[in-house]
Amino acid sequence: MEIKSPQFKSRASAALENEQLQSALTHVRSNFIDKRAKAARELPEFEALRDAARDIKNHTLEHLDAYLEIFEAKVTEGGGHVHWAQTATDARGIVLDICRRRNVKTVTKGKSMIAEEIGLNEFLEANEITPVETDLGEYIIQLRREPPSHIIAPAVHLTMEQVRDGFREAHTHLPDSRPMDEPENLLREARGVLREKFLGADMGITGANFLVAETGTSIIVTNEGNGDLTQLLPRVHVVIASIEKVLPTLEDMSQIVRVLARSATGQEMSVYTTLSTGPKRPGDPDGPEEFHVILLDNGRSSMLGSEFRDVLRCIRCGACMNHCPVYHAVGGHAYGWVYPGPVGAVLTPSLIGVDQAGHLPNASTFCGRCEAVCPVRIPLPKMMRHWREREFERQLSPAGQRRNLKLWAWFARRPFIYRLATGVASRALAMWGGRRRRIGWLPMADGWTAHRDLPAPQGGTFIARYHRQRRRRRS
Amino acid sequence: MSARQAILGRIRDAIGDAATPEARATAAARRVEAHPRGTIPKQARHNRPVVLFAKKAAKAEATVRRVKSYEEVAEAVHRFMREHELPLNLRHGDDERLANIVWPDDMTTSRGPSDGSDLTTVSHAEGAVAESGTLIMGSGPDNPTTLNFLAENHIVVLRGRDVQGSYEDIWTTMRRRLGKGAMPRTVNMITGPSRSADIEQKLILGAHGPLRLHIIVVED
Ligand code: SF4
Repeated sequence: MEIKSPQFKSRASAALENEQLQSALTHVRSNFIDKRAKAARELPEFEALRDAARDIKNHTLEHLDAYLEIFEAKVTEGGGHVHWAQTATDARGIVLDICRRRNVKTVTKGKSMIAEEIGLNEFLEANEITPVETDLGEYIIQLRREPPSHIIAPAVHLTMEQVRDGFREAHTHLPDSRPMDEPENLLREARGVLREKFLGADMGITGANFLVAETGTSIIVTNEGNGDLTQLLPRVHVVIASIEKVLPTLEDMSQIVRVLARSATGQEMSVYTTLSTGPKRPGDPDGPEEFHVILLDNGRSSMLGSEFRDVLRCIRCGACMNHCPVYHAVGGHAYGWVYPGPVGAVLTPSLIGVDQAGHLPNASTFCGRCEAVCPVRIPLPKMMRHWREREFERQLSPAGQRRNLKLWAWFARRPFIYRLATGVASRALAMWGGRRRRIGWLPMADGWTAHRDLPAPQGGTFIARYHRQRRRRRS
Repeated sequence: MSARQAILGRIRDAIGDAATPEARATAAARRVEAHPRGTIPKQARHNRPVVLFAKKAAKAEATVRRVKSYEEVAEAVHRFMREHELPLNLRHGDDERLANIVWPDDMTTSRGPSDGSDLTTVSHAEGAVAESGTLIMGSGPDNPTTLNFLAENHIVVLRGRDVQGSYEDIWTTMRRRLGKGAMPRTVNMITGPSRSADIEQKLILGAHGPLRLHIIVVED
């Protein structure tokens, strides 16, 4: 997948001007937040379960090698195959090998962020294998040849009219006069079209929400049922999962499932939580003949040894972006790669490099809402700050910004001069503000004042007031 | 070096030497063996699990009917199908509890997995979870998994005494039945009929799976 993260600033500006996008984004603001809040309120043990989810994930990461080995042994014992992939290229190669061996022409796909991460669709197409996305949102954006803009609602950036236009263009075999005015019509249409694809596919590829070591099971959590048809009907089922998806036991999975749907959509439980353990067994009238799990590293093992380990707890619920004022304003595509929002701002620099994605951790107001709602309590703002520090150390931040920070540091180390200078500056700004007490334009900061006024400082600097108050209290 | 060795090696380096790989393997094996339960919500301890199950399943847009015996199942199915003006054809698997049902004369039934042409299917559940109104379905010739997904109308027969409070209770039962670490090929945990909110966040029932989920609880 093409990386557009370096253009974050221009993409964000374009997003702010895009009326259609802004209208679509209102649904994120109004919908997800209330639903999660209600679900959390209705379960008295919700906060305790968040702690449990965090602790289970931490324990697993501390014993990751051991649980992966147990998982592998169980899958193999059950007649499945485990493949290890260090990079995206390796994972794609493994998929292609299986396709070639089993003479696969069409692949249906359940929603998988990992498949996006490794750019699987483009790769399959280049090798003359047809991938068909089957999640409604993914299908809509596949027709438009767009990446997802949200990790659980891939087409959240689109309006119904845009979806309709896409269907009109793609489903030319259907009569022009068919009803297409309601979302129901469009869903029915997609169901019909995709049903054919499900029944005709040679291979089904899904991601995994969890892998359970105890039983060698891979689990997907969905609402539409498309993931189930994907893994049930074709001859071959391939799971692509990153290594941190493994959990010790079914009990551990159950703890996390309780916070997953509530944080994501506000449901108590998603409609389908499906546990797949190996291929078709003797006597089974349905199910895949082959079951493969590809365990993908692609940068995770190095994150494990870094200050970004905690983000490996992520269960991809989407709550952090649903509550993020920056995401609300610019949507997911501005982030320029697979993972948007706060979790994307932390993950993307790890996975594609801070030189490419340095803007993302800067696109934060540090309001802290992401951390407040994250079901596995990932300290996202702290990690964004880590990236800012690294970016500074590696001299990747813009020269002007670095110069100003250095200048500030020079003053900050000399308290007397600092106070003198800030005192003078605040009086000067107060005069500049005039009777309106607002500053509409400031030299060297016109990027900031272009969109809002700076309130002019009043009544001396903080330190001066602090000293005055202490003197007053003592006397 | 194989990819496997390389990845495991990097993980070991990253975790550091707080514990040896052997010590970690022992700790992991112990947790798998003990499979400790964590926080179980109080609501899962309901004194009448069936009542809570019915409430939660209805909240998830399933319809629930409670009957006194397997003899009453045929009538309940029949009524549901007439209510929705469905053709009176059914498909189900080899489950004995379903095979033994005597269906009314105007209904036709067939057996086996679904190829996508069935409008209505019937399955028997392994169990259910009261706290979220979730059905537990196991794969196999008795109740083929395709029956859970391909028809627009899915009717599930559930024995009242198989309803348990929490997910954890289900795993305990499953281990007792199948042995430790063993699982059916597919376990479907189903909570309501399929749905999508991918178009303008508007929730619509009946995405790729069933549009209607009707649950008949037998309290014999
Ligand atoms: S970082 Fe937390 S809130 Fe964001 S997607 Fe991951 S688990 Fe959900």
